[in-house]
Formats: sequence, structure tokens, C-alpha cells
Amino acid sequence: MADAAAAEINWREDIFQAIKTLEIKQVHYVPDAGHSHVIDKCLADPDIEAGMLANEFEGVGVCCGAWLGGQRSLMLMQSSGIGNTINALGLATSGRFPFLSIITMRGEWGEFNPWQLHGGQSAEKVLEASGVIVMRANYAHEVGEIVLAGARLAFHSYCPVAVLIGQRVIGAKVF
Amino acid sequence: MVENLLPRRSSIHRLLEGRTDNLLIVAGLGSAIWDAESAGENPLNFYLLGAMGSVLPTALGLALAQPKRRVMALMGDAELMMGLYAVPTVAVRSPANLSVVCIDNGRFGETGSQVSHTSQGVDLAGIARASGYPHVMEVHNETGLDALRTAVHHTEGPLFAVIKVSSDMPSVVMPIRDAAIGKARFREALLGERGLKE
Repeated sequence: MADAAAAEINWREDIFQAIKTLEIKQVHYVPDAGHSHVIDKCLADPDIEAGMLANEFEGVGVCCGAWLGGQRSLMLMQSSGIGNTINALGLATSGRFPFLSIITMRGEWGEFNPWQLHGGQSAEKVLEASGVIVMRANYAHEVGEIVLAGARLAFHSYCPVAVLIGQRVIGAKVF
Repeated sequence: MVENLLPRRSSIHRLLEGRTDNLLIVAGLGSAIWDAESAGENPLNFYLLGAMGSVLPTALGLALAQPKRRVMALMGDAELMMGLYAVPTVAVRSPANLSVVCIDNGRFGETGSQVSHTSQGVDLAGIARASGYPHVMEVHNETGLDALRTAVHHTEGPLFAVIKVSSDMPSVVMPIRDAAIGKARFREALLGERGLKE
């Protein structure tokens, strides 16, 4: 069940509006159901180059490449893919690149699939140990402002930032 | 297997002959960097001395951001293998200005010259064809290198090329190793003052 407040706040649209406010020009994703609204809106937006990756590992390089070329970018993924990014994160940390990812969480709030615990429960420790600044939204109403603050931190202070969207916000998946 | 194998360094120099500021290069570990740097220091070369497997993704993001420039991802076969899923991703995202140039010596050259996948039958050009690249080239001689140079600058891509080279190891030509400096120089050369102040 999603948090009661989530029903009244369209946090998914808040993420998309933040992308527009921030003038992010490239959005790369390994899909997650929690990101589906944002993915669809970005794919339909002529001012955003949006598209899929095969593996989260690619996301770090693509986003750093976008910055080399003068564009802001964003990686959308879920917590199960964090492990795939670790070696690639050396590009962002060694080069002091901005790298913004929004990560939908699994394996925490009423999780049904025990395999999701591996990525979900280790997410913050693994990211922080890899040099990524972690910010976290646990309630729907705070998603938009945390995305904006995390993005500004990344793009203005040249650092990797992960914004975690808690599973409480998304709602536990039940098969 | 009898093949005509090119010497790597002079081949890369020939490929980069007459280069202009319209060409941006992303290169990665390890010999591909020494080859590119030995052709002449250029702030529009960005080098990855780590994060192995990230050369092609980085070139993709750059190519999407700079559609009016030409972008070359230059790497050895092991670098490409480590991030192989980027090969079909680039085909799907299909940036017309991106060239993937793999210097294939069939070896892990920097770690003791152990044989690599391409010496054991893996066909990188075949993977590219199957992924849907509109242009795939296998280069075995100087005529092929000249054709590749023309294609890098003019072909509607993405282009995927494999240069079959011998396993000789030319001298190390070390570039600036600090990626933050490399990034700043690259952005200044490409974007001007904005590249430093943004």
C-alpha cells in the first residue's frame, strides 16, 4: 500500500517538472515501474533526448559524456541496478563530473521479493562508499524539492548525487 | 588463421591525419590512449584511465550532446568487451555522428599479452552487424584506414569499425592523468568560457 499522502500528490509529475525546470537535456533509463510516468513524458518531449540503456553501468559514462558536450543529463534506475554502476562511478569521482541519478527503491517497505533485499538494503552504504552523495525521499510531498536540491548539488558542485525514492512512496509491489 | 595485421601506432596516426576541431575523441585503457596521445596532444581528446568499459557510453553521451560535431570512441578490444552491452545500445540510440573504432590486437596487452576473446573467435564486427549498425568496416590495410578516416568524418552513422592490428606494444605516451583537468580542458576547448564557468 502506498502512503496515504501519495494519493494526493503526483510525485511522478513533480519529477518531470523538476527535469524541465533544471533544463536537463538527456534522460537515460533502465526502466522501473516507478519511473514509467517520467520515462513516457521524457520520450514525448522534443526538447529531451531520452532513451534506454541495457545496463546501469552505461549510465555513468553516458551522463559524463553529456556533460563533456555541455548538456545536463539524468539517469533513471531502480535499486537492484546500483551494483552495476560501481566501477563506472570512478569516471564521475575521478573527473569531478556532475552525475545525477534518481533511484526507485525496492527491498525495504513491505517487499515481497526477497531477491530485492540485496540491492535495496545495501544501496546507501554502497553508493556512499563509492563516493556518491545520497539524498532520500520517504514521502511523496518531498520528492520534487529533494530532486531539485539534489540536482543543483550535482550540477553546481560537480559531484555524483543519487536521489533515492523510498519504496514507501512508490508502494510495495505484490505479485 | 592468416591475416594481414597492421602496426597499431602508425595506423592510428594515419587514421587521425588531417584532423580538425570538428572531431572529438574519447579513448580508453590503455594502449589506445598512448596511440592517440602520440599523434599529438589535443584538448579535444578525453581519456579514461579507469572505469573500464565506459569509453563507448561516454562517447554516446557526448555525441548526443554535440550532434554537429563528429565523435570517435577509440578503444581496444578488451575495453569494448568489458562494456559490450553499449554496442547494441549505441545502435538503438543511433547517433549519426558517432564512430566506434576498435583497435583489435586480440590481446590483453597491458597485463601480459594474454589472448583475448577476439583471438578465440569472437567477431566484434559481426556483433555490430547483428546489432543493426548501418555501417560496419573491418580494416586490414592502409587503403582501409584511408576509407575509415573518410567515413569517420562524413558517414551518416553510427559507424562501427574494427582495425585488425598486430600485438606489438609501442612505447607508452602518457597524457595528463587527472580526469578533472582533462574534463576542464575538453569543455573549454569545445564550449569556451562557459565550459569552465557553468
